[in-house]
Amino acid sequence: MISEAELSCLGILFMNDMNDIKILAIESSCDETAASVVLNGRKMLSNVISSQIDIHTLYGGVVPEIASRKHTERINRVVDKALKDAGMSLDDVDAVAVTYGPGLVGALLVGVSFAKGLAFAAHKPLIGVHHIEGHICANFLQFEELKPPFPCLIVSGGHTTLARVKDYGVYEILGRSCDDSAGEAFDKVARAIGLGYPGGPKIDALSNEGDPDAIAFPRAKVDGSDYDFSFSGLKSAVLNYLNSCALKKQEVNTADVAASFQKAVVDVLVEHSMLALEMGGEKRFAIAGGVAANRHLRAAFEKACEERGVEFFCPSPVLCTDNAAMIGSAAYFEYVNGVRHGLDLNAMPALRLGERM
Amino acid sequence: MNILALDSSGAVATVALYCDGRIRGEYSIDHKLTHSQTIMPMLDELCSRTEYDVKDTDLIAVAGGPGSFTGLRIGAAAAKGMAFATGCDIMNVPTLEGLCYQFYGYSGIICPLLDARRSQVYSGIYRFENAALKTLYKGEALALDEQLERLKEIEGNIVFLGDGVDVYGEKLVAGFGERCMIAPAHRRYQSAACVAVRAADMLKEGIKPVPAEDFAPEYLRRSQAERERDERLAKEGG
Repeated sequence: MISEAELSCLGILFMNDMNDIKILAIESSCDETAASVVLNGRKMLSNVISSQIDIHTLYGGVVPEIASRKHTERINRVVDKALKDAGMSLDDVDAVAVTYGPGLVGALLVGVSFAKGLAFAAHKPLIGVHHIEGHICANFLQFEELKPPFPCLIVSGGHTTLARVKDYGVYEILGRSCDDSAGEAFDKVARAIGLGYPGGPKIDALSNEGDPDAIAFPRAKVDGSDYDFSFSGLKSAVLNYLNSCALKKQEVNTADVAASFQKAVVDVLVEHSMLALEMGGEKRFAIAGGVAANRHLRAAFEKACEERGVEFFCPSPVLCTDNAAMIGSAAYFEYVNGVRHGLDLNAMPALRLGERM
Repeated sequence: MNILALDSSGAVATVALYCDGRIRGEYSIDHKLTHSQTIMPMLDELCSRTEYDVKDTDLIAVAGGPGSFTGLRIGAAAAKGMAFATGCDIMNVPTLEGLCYQFYGYSGIICPLLDARRSQVYSGIYRFENAALKTLYKGEALALDEQLERLKEIEGNIVFLGDGVDVYGEKLVAGFGERCMIAPAHRRYQSAACVAVRAADMLKEGIKPVPAEDFAPEYLRRSQAERERDERLAKEGG
């Protein structure tokens, strides 16, 4: 005889198994080939990232054609390792998810085409995921207690977006960059002061030795929008400063340039984000994306949130850079909302946040 | 032996099923939609119309290049995903050899031409001898005139096919006159049935397919960034 308590315990276990959703996610929007298995949108069972940065460094930036070729070569091994690390086979997963935009179209197409072939042959549902929504969801993987609504700033090599997460899978864009992303500005300034690629981590490191108030670089506003960003003016101001120093044969303190430039970027990001918090009245704020790994940026947000009594969320660096676990998390919320994509899913290089195809 | 074949190297999207020596179905379209939107739904349609479960596939045959870089990758990545799920290997069928099978058994010379832009074509020179495909010049990216010079040295009639014919047809007729035959519309472009049959013959010739993880297209041309970097390094070095 099995006692009632045991029965209910078995029942709960059974129910849990039935309700557990395991998603195999694939990400190839830029120069990282990545795959992951995520449980219920919150738990990362594996997270495999094959970076191509050593190759693209030779060219001073990501070369789309080379990135696409490398994705094609590597994708099977990356997906295989993600399943093995999670201790499961393809049969065990409930759905296949893939980033379908925004990003480099050739690179996206590799992941999308692979995922479609996989989902078709394995008879699994297919879910296309927005890359930026993935970045936001990296926070759900790391912080189990985090729930919408909250504003979130996404800063990466290709994107600078301030959004309000209204519910799981429901986003409102508050502002975005009208020209260069924050990450692009970092790369361009790093190149100008001879640091090379990738610019973000190099400027972050060098700025430790510089004075952030040494040079007064502009904090750009965008006409008619409190939330939009513009970094091309700041980038030009840095280049003009370097040129004028060269003309005057004045030696440039690159650490001061790095620190002052970085502060100008961070100040604007913090100011717009805090305005969004004040308008929305939430007590939680999150950041995401590759540039969110920048230590000065994290510290500035930590301080600004603390001053306002707001809880600050920021994923660990491995979840800030491009990865597939974040795609698996975003896909889960799409999955439970009933989103399924057909085999005609295409790569959408300019997909907007919150847009659905 | 069940072979699932696809070719997305050019403008035509084409898929085929080869089962025990028969083409159970072929589906080709030449339309403006991208291969990313067409090729998998076409395969899905083909499988359901022929009551075929993709899990029964023994081999996936893909036109592995040359061709449009993006097109090649759409086919390659889809094949790699399907092969991952089914556990079967992939036969990399050279696009130009697949094209030659449009004229299987033809007694003259077969010269597929694919427009490679930058005033080049992807082309090779082939002939069937005793029902076997022989390569006289292997596929490469080269100037059309260079390939035509080679053809002038070889005797016999020539059939030209591939999308390069659309661009250079008049020049070919002017250069070779009665020796020249331009492939008609129904046999001018890529066909997955040809890819499937070529793959079956490659197996008979002892050519081994590759595990899915090792398969990648053979583009026959490096990326622009690599070419420019090498030129720069050569200049600096010299």
